[in-house]
Amino acid sequence: MRILIPLIPAIPLLSFLIIALAGRFISKKAVGAIGTGSVIFSALITIAAGLYFLSSAGEGAVTSSVYSWINTGGFSAGISFLLDPLSLVFCFVITFVGALIHLYSIEFMRDDDGFRRFFAYMNLFVGSMLILVLADNLLLLYLGWEGVGLCSYLLIGFWYKEPENGYAARKAFIVTRIGDTAMILGLFLLLISFGTLNIQDLMQQASGRWAAGSPLAVISAVLLLGGALGKSAQLPLQTWLPDAMAGPSPVSALIHAATMVTAGVYLITRTHVLFTLAPVVMTAIAVIGAITLLIAGFSALAQHDLKRVLAYSTISQIGYMFLAMGIGAWSAAVFHFMIHAFFKALLFLSAGAVIHLLHHEHDMFRMGGLHKKMPLIFYTFLTGAASLSALPLITAGFYSKDQILWFGWTSASSSHWLWLAGITGALLTSLYTFRMVFITFYGELKTEPHEKAGALMTVPLIILAILSAAGGFIELPENFGPVHLFSRLFETVLPSVAIEEGSSELIFQIVSAVITLGGIYLAYLLFFRNSPIVKRIRGTRLSDFFYSGWGFDWLYNFLFVKPVVWFSEVDRKDFIDAVYTSIARMTGYFNVLISRSQNGKLRWYVLFLTAGITVLLVVILSL
Amino acid sequence: MYIRTEEDEIMVTISMEIQILFAALLFLIGLIGFLVRRNIIFMLMSIEIMLNSAALVFVIAGAHWLQADGQVMFIFILTVSAAEVSVGLALILQMYHHFKTLDADALRKLRDSRENEDIPQ
Repeated sequence: MRILIPLIPAIPLLSFLIIALAGRFISKKAVGAIGTGSVIFSALITIAAGLYFLSSAGEGAVTSSVYSWINTGGFSAGISFLLDPLSLVFCFVITFVGALIHLYSIEFMRDDDGFRRFFAYMNLFVGSMLILVLADNLLLLYLGWEGVGLCSYLLIGFWYKEPENGYAARKAFIVTRIGDTAMILGLFLLLISFGTLNIQDLMQQASGRWAAGSPLAVISAVLLLGGALGKSAQLPLQTWLPDAMAGPSPVSALIHAATMVTAGVYLITRTHVLFTLAPVVMTAIAVIGAITLLIAGFSALAQHDLKRVLAYSTISQIGYMFLAMGIGAWSAAVFHFMIHAFFKALLFLSAGAVIHLLHHEHDMFRMGGLHKKMPLIFYTFLTGAASLSALPLITAGFYSKDQILWFGWTSASSSHWLWLAGITGALLTSLYTFRMVFITFYGELKTEPHEKAGALMTVPLIILAILSAAGGFIELPENFGPVHLFSRLFETVLPSVAIEEGSSELIFQIVSAVITLGGIYLAYLLFFRNSPIVKRIRGTRLSDFFYSGWGFDWLYNFLFVKPVVWFSEVDRKDFIDAVYTSIARMTGYFNVLISRSQNGKLRWYVLFLTAGITVLLVVILSL
Repeated sequence: MYIRTEEDEIMVTISMEIQILFAALLFLIGLIGFLVRRNIIFMLMSIEIMLNSAALVFVIAGAHWLQADGQVMFIFILTVSAAEVSVGLALILQMYHHFKTLDADALRKLRDSRENEDIPQ
């Protein structure tokens, strides 16, 4: 068991090395097989580890130390891994969904020149992400954290020949870097306070030494939260995610929907002891989540690009997870993470298939009428959409989102405003989701698909569709039945929610069901029946405002980018620069002066040589 | 300085300073010849003069310390200069073949191409 854990991240990393170093000597088929096979192998190990865990219930966590990385001055950090139910769930999603996405990519990227590069990056990503979730100390976690950031950058800018893709990649990298800086400061603070970065020691000492609400606890929680906000694209660092859609669709599915963007959720859940010591920060997390999910929901309503709708939807759904964490519903957040990974990966892969078959057409308004042309993709997309908008009873999304909404009302640390934000978000979700479905798949056919999707693309879609529909049955609401496989798994690692009594869960389920169905019906009226209201709204200032993502790009451009550019323009000729320019100019001057002596006349050279020797002799002899 | 030889003849020898001075003069003649002449053949001949003046210093030193090494060295230098002349003459032939001239100053292709640019301020 202990030997198996390090293999989970090691195998994809090994495969990355093979493809990166020897990729050009192997055929594309072999590269695809190695790249996908390694992730499948990791998934099998993870499943084996999971079965071991479920069979020996009650045993908290397994640690496995591979190598002592740093050991100096009383501080030590090792390459050592910790497998507990939390990292197990993340590992399962990363490897299992990752394997399906790799499988899909073999066909999706088949005709791309960068096929080998793609698989190398993807494997590096999976390896780094697994290091992130398996690390037993925060330094190793940070290594994985930066590793996935790098891969995200590389894969957003994968088609680097278009300058905009490069800009999008840099934007993602720089914006997340702001959060990462806060996070590393938080790590330093924790290191100074406790002298260790081992997560379990840290949590134990923090709860022992820091009182709830003490300033150091609040500051370190805020700094860690900064990192989480950047990575998970939450307010105010959410602007990079919609632009990150410049990458290939499998990348959006794996990195910018299923795994990397939820690293923030993982970080906060992993260090939840620290966050519970800072109730102010917990409230902030819940409020940030609530505001983000609303802002992103409205923005998703106005997008034209299929993938951008999904991007805003991802921001919005992660907002739900933050909301859940903020009110202490840790296992609900992780449950929603898992279900979200299934249906959002499904939606991105289906959207990718549509875009792929329509010659890279991203604009929804130029698709239309595709439900007859590609029925299989339509049905998988519809399943994902239903799960995203939490269609009651039959989809997994209902069970995970309902749990968050329920805790949003009943949790002792929640307020009814948060529930209201959540339920409004649910209406928005079903509205924008089915707007997307109706515009893309119904109406008149505008672009003809040029081929059919092959088995490598459709099989992952079908598997994910089954999971998006049935994945919720492992954790049922209290009044449905006593099935709590998921929260039972977390009993030992995560505290459960403190609930205020006095509400009936059934009423809330009915309310959210009505809201979801109402949203779908509204979308049907507006976008299937082509209501004239839609035409009137389009092009108005409000619609443009939502389209631009509430003008955050404009605001940041105005507040940060322009002043810095202005200052650097002004500061161009300060005296420090003057020193360096004058050195450069002097060098140039002497260069031209001396190069005059290179006149090509042999006899002049000899003359100079003689003169030089004479001078030298005189000097030496006269000493 | 007088040296009594086996045949009891008296030979007048010249002092070493003058010998060295003579070699230096020979070297200077070669050097000046090299600098003022533009014809490449004469330049090659000037080099030979310089080489021989250097070889002469070896002979002088050998005679002074009564060592055979100086003369051995002279033989070596002679060999090297013979080889050098053969290569040099071959190059001169090639040069004439290509450029139809023996003027060393006419061959200026290795000069700095920015020669006529202004010096930046």
